[in-house]
Amino acid sequence: MNPTVGWIRDLAASWGVPAALVPLVPFLLLLIVLYAVIGLAAYGARRRWPRADRTIAFWLFVSPWLIGFALFTVGPMASSVYVSLTSWDLITPPKFVGLANYTEALQDPRVGQALKVTLLYALISVPLQTALAFLVALLLNSDVPGMRVFRTVWYLPSLVSGVAQMVLFLWVFNPQYGLMNDVLARFGIQGPGWFNDASWALPTVILMSLWTVGGAMVIYLAGLKDVPPNLYEAAALDGAGPVRQFWHVTLPQMSPIILFNALTGIIGSLQIFTQGFIANGGPKDSLLFFVYYLYDNAFQNFRMGYASALAWILFAVILALTAVTLRGSAFAVYYETELNRSKRRRG
Amino acid sequence: MTAMAETLALRADRPFWRRNLGTTIALYLVLVLGSLVFVYPFLWMIATSLRSLAGVGSSGASVVPHEFLWDNYRRAVTSFPFWRYTLNSVLTTLIPIVGTVFSCSLAGFAFARLRVRFAGVLFAVVLATMLLPGEVTMVPQFMLFNNFGMVDTLYPLILPAFFGSPFYIFLFRQFFARMPAELADAAVVDGCGWFKMFLLVYLPLARPAVVAVSILLFMGYWNNFLGPAIYINSDHWKTLPLALAGFQSVNGTDTPLLMATSVLITAPCLLIFFVAQKQITNGITFTGGK
Repeated sequence: MNPTVGWIRDLAASWGVPAALVPLVPFLLLLIVLYAVIGLAAYGARRRWPRADRTIAFWLFVSPWLIGFALFTVGPMASSVYVSLTSWDLITPPKFVGLANYTEALQDPRVGQALKVTLLYALISVPLQTALAFLVALLLNSDVPGMRVFRTVWYLPSLVSGVAQMVLFLWVFNPQYGLMNDVLARFGIQGPGWFNDASWALPTVILMSLWTVGGAMVIYLAGLKDVPPNLYEAAALDGAGPVRQFWHVTLPQMSPIILFNALTGIIGSLQIFTQGFIANGGPKDSLLFFVYYLYDNAFQNFRMGYASALAWILFAVILALTAVTLRGSAFAVYYETELNRSKRRRG
Repeated sequence: MTAMAETLALRADRPFWRRNLGTTIALYLVLVLGSLVFVYPFLWMIATSLRSLAGVGSSGASVVPHEFLWDNYRRAVTSFPFWRYTLNSVLTTLIPIVGTVFSCSLAGFAFARLRVRFAGVLFAVVLATMLLPGEVTMVPQFMLFNNFGMVDTLYPLILPAFFGSPFYIFLFRQFFARMPAELADAAVVDGCGWFKMFLLVYLPLARPAVVAVSILLFMGYWNNFLGPAIYINSDHWKTLPLALAGFQSVNGTDTPLLMATSVLITAPCLLIFFVAQKQITNGITFTGGK
């Protein structure tokens, strides 16, 4: 704890502030000082430029975000650069070690394992999820009776949270008593060890992730409803059957939405944590997801410097994967630009 | 008229499942089978939560309820400080929702309606931070809260919400930008200040967005696990997901108890889903990048 913060807290406690609120006092004080300065500046600006009310209002309105951006993003990122160059256990003062954390990370076999597991998860689960969600959305887009019920049923699993979902699936995939192996046994198949088997653990998590495609499915469903019907009519007039309509109308129209979902899916899947945490990294580190390893280093072993270096490595990986996805999809995504729209109107 | 009739005829022609009975049956078959696969683990969770430990072993994959052991639920709320955890979860869900909605709608309004110099640049920064994974700032943020002496309190899970989140700022901006500009003119004529205009004219009109965002935020905050896992050590401040995770590692073999607790944690989300199904669908839809 910062000494000034400690002093303010002691003062607040001695003034009879309830114990639960004491930690809040220094932070609140900082905010009050900050907003006093901002308020004064706004007041001064108002008097000096009476007609600039719009500008003043703008800066006041975005000030919470700006403060948060400085306090929770820019500041931490800057200090993270420094911390990643130190060895620090939070108790003794940080010791500058140069690039030692980064060179250690490059040689750490568990970093390699964590990257492998996380990238495999992202590169296999995201395409599978995207394909499944899109396929289901196509099916559910037909307006036959009872479709609302089906939509609800497919969305329902997405409501089961990370922890509850993992707890549930540890039992669904329990080798002895689980749902899965009992079903397999009825077909005469001896099921694998799932989470207990180092070579099966990751595929099991991937399989599990398919259970919650409902969220993406709803987005695709909405996108499908927005495809202009006249495009289908034009295609049908030109003699395109359902398959060609799908390839030449549905898919191009949906491609920006698919890209957006794939992108957020990739970023999200690289951040997978809960499954690794609950499985304790899985047998033989088979579920040592990167964020879990980072967490383990920072908050279990208190190696803040090393964990910060790991965070920057993760950032680089995410940036690289995002760039690759964006570049690779540039030719495959159709954007409804003004140019395209006017072309269509004329043609 | 003929053009319209033609269009209608073509539209009627489009759905392939109407062409013949075979395709309709096939479609339904796929839907029913798929739905069964999807909903089955869910039903199994509920069925298992009502069984005895012996019953779990003997019934395997079956979801047919042989026994209704409501006692599992009683054990779930009494065998650990369930209500304390619930209170912590409620505090770290509802307060952040209010904070996020307020800060993000305010900023979103500014970006949509008060187009001043540098607003565009600033909005580009907002969009760029959307791509920034929170994990990168996770360690230094911990140090910040450590400096403030807030580790092992609920504050690190609550306070950041009051400072906006780029994604929801973006959503609100899109929503406000679609509102007619004449609204602002009318309010200006009435002599409204900008904040009053936002609070009394724009925010009430943005109700659908507020509701949808609140529901999405509820699901996110209620199920947040990484945050509590980082900041909370003492039992007193644990949230439900964190408690369930600890519970899993201690009582890992008491399946009915674990399932009952899981059902209880999921229940608020289910309730909200069934009450506000339409708003959820709308909300998810307008987060979909369109």
